[in-house]
Amino acid sequence: MKILYQTRKKHIFISMKSVKQHNLFSRLTLSSLAFLFFFTINLSAQGDAKNGKKLFNSNCAACHKLDKDLVGPKLRDITEKRTNEWLKAWIKDNAAFQKVDADAKEAAEWSPTAMTAFPQFSDQDIDDILEYTKPVVVEEGAGGSGAVSMVPVQQEKDNTLLYILGAIVLVMLLMLFNLYRTVNELRGDAPKRQSFSEQANDVWEAFKANKFLHFLMVIFFLLATAYFVFGWLSQVGVDQGYQPIQPIEFSHKIHAGDNKIDCQYCHSAAKHSKTSGIPSANVCMNCHMNISEVADDTKIGNHGKDILDKEIQKLYDAVGWDADKLQYTGETKPIEWVRVHNLPDFAYFNHSQHVTVAGLKCQKCHGPVEEMDEVYQYAPLTMDWCITCHRETEVDLTENGYYKKIHEQLAKKYGVEKVTEAQMGGLECGKCHY
Amino acid sequence: MKRVIQILMLLMFVVVVSSCDNKRKPNVQYFPNMYEPVSYETYGVNDIYENKMASRLPVLGTIARGDELPYEYPNTEEGYAEAKSNLINPLASEVLDAKRGKALYDIYCATCHGTKGDGQGDLAKREKFLGIPSYKDRDITEGSIYHVIMYGKNMMGPHASQLTEEERWQVVAYVQELRNN
Repeated sequence: MKILYQTRKKHIFISMKSVKQHNLFSRLTLSSLAFLFFFTINLSAQGDAKNGKKLFNSNCAACHKLDKDLVGPKLRDITEKRTNEWLKAWIKDNAAFQKVDADAKEAAEWSPTAMTAFPQFSDQDIDDILEYTKPVVVEEGAGGSGAVSMVPVQQEKDNTLLYILGAIVLVMLLMLFNLYRTVNELRGDAPKRQSFSEQANDVWEAFKANKFLHFLMVIFFLLATAYFVFGWLSQVGVDQGYQPIQPIEFSHKIHAGDNKIDCQYCHSAAKHSKTSGIPSANVCMNCHMNISEVADDTKIGNHGKDILDKEIQKLYDAVGWDADKLQYTGETKPIEWVRVHNLPDFAYFNHSQHVTVAGLKCQKCHGPVEEMDEVYQYAPLTMDWCITCHRETEVDLTENGYYKKIHEQLAKKYGVEKVTEAQMGGLECGKCHY
Repeated sequence: MKRVIQILMLLMFVVVVSSCDNKRKPNVQYFPNMYEPVSYETYGVNDIYENKMASRLPVLGTIARGDELPYEYPNTEEGYAEAKSNLINPLASEVLDAKRGKALYDIYCATCHGTKGDGQGDLAKREKFLGIPSYKDRDITEGSIYHVIMYGKNMMGPHASQLTEEERWQVVAYVQELRNN
């Protein structure tokens, strides 16, 4: 961008050298006039890259990228290949243009997909878009940003040095203290511990004599042991907090949190099925056909773009997608995800009953998944946990008239206004164990 | 005696250190044969198949009982044109549920196409997925909308696996509603 303007600026400055003899005022007026003139020319002939970007992103980017072939060819250097007039005719109605222009006919053979016509674009719009596609050369910015980025790096170094110095000082203080104690002991000035051990001895003797205290102690130890043993036993088979390492470093935080993709977009089986559904890789490819690399500032923990781009490549390997040719190779292999939430086989659970019928949010049981880079088991998934929720959850009747009568009878029977899940039979053994 | 205490302390240290990484492994189970199913688990492993996936596709040329019939229009330019002019919504107007259509649309479409269908979904706003048109700018019919949900178009992927036939038509009706308002 800047470079493009600069060549024009030079012209103006050169032409100004010949009018050196004018006074300051006229020089200023002239230069400002020239400046104005330069901008007017600029607007009419070259187009506004900012507006171009907006138009490009909403109309062209579905099929074209600047630096990479997609459904359509890359457009970075298109203005060098074709004239603006040719491109305008092509963009507005390429089908009609193909009939009168041999080059256009050839261009259409680039892809089997026909390009959409854009008769709604004005010439100015197209100029703007083409301006945006031109190569951008940044020169001045580079040095500046480099100098700026130096500062925080140095600060970080200073900090580590401080920590090291602090640690050394601490160690030296400890050594001094030790030395001081040793010297004191050698001198024979060590603090007298005799009195303390004597006191302890007295207490011990008294304790030995007291039979009731012995009895209390035994009971106390038995209770404490029972407490810990019971505590340990009751967590057997409970996997709360379980966070296995997955084969692909997929972040729910990026997908469901930052990008606000609905849980059910990927776990589409949850609304109809017992399981919530591990999305098959074609669902990933709905977006990742287009998104082959992460943004520069994307991070999972301290893993940056260099690592995360390889994670997307793992998906491509599994689904058999050639990212350069933009087509499937047909060689697929399963992704071996590690299951996080797993109920024992003797307990029945159905997602659709909870998601579709009860209308629960996924987060109710799975916790704030949209904030987890790595998913862990949030709820204990114990029977106590299930039953507590069934006892507390009131059934919403407004959406379902079919069971109205039975709900009214139940409400009357229990003398309540709103029936809970437990009162509807949500505590019956056979509902979950059979 | 001192030896025993030393060994015990070392053992405790090892237990404490190893338990730090416990979250990577599932907990101990008492009587695991009541936990582990005899049948194959959903998405489980079955060694008799080459890729070891227990989940299988239906045998070619068969339709499961109660499943939807195959979609007739091919995934080509001609198929698109044909669907666009011939395919109509089979759902009767009283079955169409705009509320459900909207709920499904918001889950499966709005992330890109925007809740208003103007192409300004969250992914478009964050510049993750670009070039999403407004429905109003495009010459589309209910047939072509359904066809595109089935197969995808350009950079949009097929969404047939995420929605049932009836749900797809509910979404189509809702997209038409967004276009007309």
